[in-house]
Amino acid sequence: MPTIKEIQDTIIDEFSLFDDSEDKYQYIIDLGNKLSPFDTKYKIPENEIKGCQSKVWLNSSLKDNKVFFEADSDGKIAKGVISILVRILSGQEPEEIVSNELYFIDKAGLNTLLSMNRANGLASMVKQMKLHALAYKTKLESKK
Amino acid sequence: MGLSKEELLEKSGKLYDIEHIRKDFPILKQTVHGKPLVYLDNAASTQKPQTVINALTDYYSSYNANIHRGIHTLAEKATSAFELTRETLKLFINAPSVEQIIFTKGTTEGINLVASSYGRQNIKKGDEIIVSGLEHHSNMVPWQMLAVEKGAFVKIIPVNNAGDLIMEEYEKLLSDRTKIVAVNHVSNTLGTVNPVKEIISLAHKKEAKVLIDGAQAASHLDIDVQDLDADFYVLSGHKLYGPTGIGILYGKKEILEAMPPYQGGGEMIREVSYEKCSFNELPYKFEAGTPNIADTVALKYAIEYLDKLGKASIRAHENNLLQYTTEQLKHIDGLKIVGTAKQKVSIISFSIEGIHHQDIGILLDQHGIAIRTGHHCTQPLMGRFNITGTSRASFALYNTIEEADKLIAGINKAIKMLR
Ligand SMILES: Cc1ncc(COP(=O)(O)O)c(C=O)c1O
Repeated sequence: MPTIKEIQDTIIDEFSLFDDSEDKYQYIIDLGNKLSPFDTKYKIPENEIKGCQSKVWLNSSLKDNKVFFEADSDGKIAKGVISILVRILSGQEPEEIVSNELYFIDKAGLNTLLSMNRANGLASMVKQMKLHALAYKTKLESKK
Repeated sequence: MGLSKEELLEKSGKLYDIEHIRKDFPILKQTVHGKPLVYLDNAASTQKPQTVINALTDYYSSYNANIHRGIHTLAEKATSAFELTRETLKLFINAPSVEQIIFTKGTTEGINLVASSYGRQNIKKGDEIIVSGLEHHSNMVPWQMLAVEKGAFVKIIPVNNAGDLIMEEYEKLLSDRTKIVAVNHVSNTLGTVNPVKEIISLAHKKEAKVLIDGAQAASHLDIDVQDLDADFYVLSGHKLYGPTGIGILYGKKEILEAMPPYQGGGEMIREVSYEKCSFNELPYKFEAGTPNIADTVALKYAIEYLDKLGKASIRAHENNLLQYTTEQLKHIDGLKIVGTAKQKVSIISFSIEGIHHQDIGILLDQHGIAIRTGHHCTQPLMGRFNITGTSRASFALYNTIEEADKLIAGINKAIKMLR
């Protein structure tokens, strides 16, 4: 399993292939389309991430001390964005998820692409995933 | 139905010189993401002509001073410019007198003023307030708050599938318990023009007072508060080519006179001692504190700009854009226009099967096209149509047929990317 840093660097490389922002959007949409199916039983209000116009659902589980995320959205661009986050963070250890900085957003030029209030959606997604990880981290530590 | 583009261009060209008009709005010259800006979010806020912008800088560069109490030259100049706007607005809505024009921050504040002052004084337990299912949250929440406070009830006039109010249901809701009816003149989400004159006259038969939210009407329709017989009429300057932060509340004189002040402070008093105070006369009773002088002064220039072009020409031009765009949108597979009322202004809400409105908005922005997506501050109405939001394109006097074409092309491109 590559590290959070390694996956981020790969994503930055991928996005550097496009200089047109519309192409970047197309890539984000395509990534969203490839996201693994999300069990509709998790599409409940408690799993909704607030702060974006599109609905985004996030669910997680802990296996072998690693956090596994699954997500979905009714918006294609939001789905693409969360799929990138899932790709980076799913399968990592809680501590890694909590402590790693997600610099790819700036470096891949996604901050301007998903600017202003749209970025709030992105920020809320990151925050929510880190919160899940923090909860697992606390749980694991209390068991020690 | 469906004039050809050439016919439309010719028709529009006879109305006024659109290229010339666009030059009056400096903001329109820019590019966004390398494409010429296509501004189709006019229902949220309109752009400002150079005369309005000049009025603002002129005020601050040459006669900024606090008004009314000053005796020096600048204060007098500022006061007279400020009061001139009141005069202009009186004519704009055909109010009987200037003291019936109360300056507010905008529509929202006007409604809150009436709900707090008139509402608190007159609404009792068990009374009913009728609003429509088409209301902006600004014309819903203040009434709900009042109702909760007083133990009163808010009743909703239902909306049919086309986006028209169901008038028979409205008549059924009216009763002796009805104290206030508050409806918009034009729906910001669907563009529906409501039969407000009839709504008012029916309410008056039950001795209820009527507030009309004219936020979306003022830039398109001729407003005549006397002909409507409205008890209150509110609007926002920023939606009619004027500055933000300024609007008006119109009220019938005897009603305004009987109402308690909304806020206390300077300007609104006649005499103050440590024990008590007496209130100033209209309109100052409702204008506590230093008002938004600069924006008020500049608002006059927006009204003058509208008057110069003439609402009839503007309406004809915008209606051409509405008809043309509606017709073109109908050709897009899976696109549904939300709001097909008999009478509409140039606001078009739509949804596209399987596609989220936010995605459309983001991708259109890449083409420099500004539209609005979401619930448009009308969540209950979205619920009525079983949707979470729409994409909304709204046209103003400076928009062109070419821009409508760009919108259509942009939507088609976005759909291709998203499907
Ligand atoms: C119908 C309607 N009412 C009220 C408002 C609120 O206006 P403002 O925000 O200027 O107070 C709006 C603005 O979107 C509106 O469209």
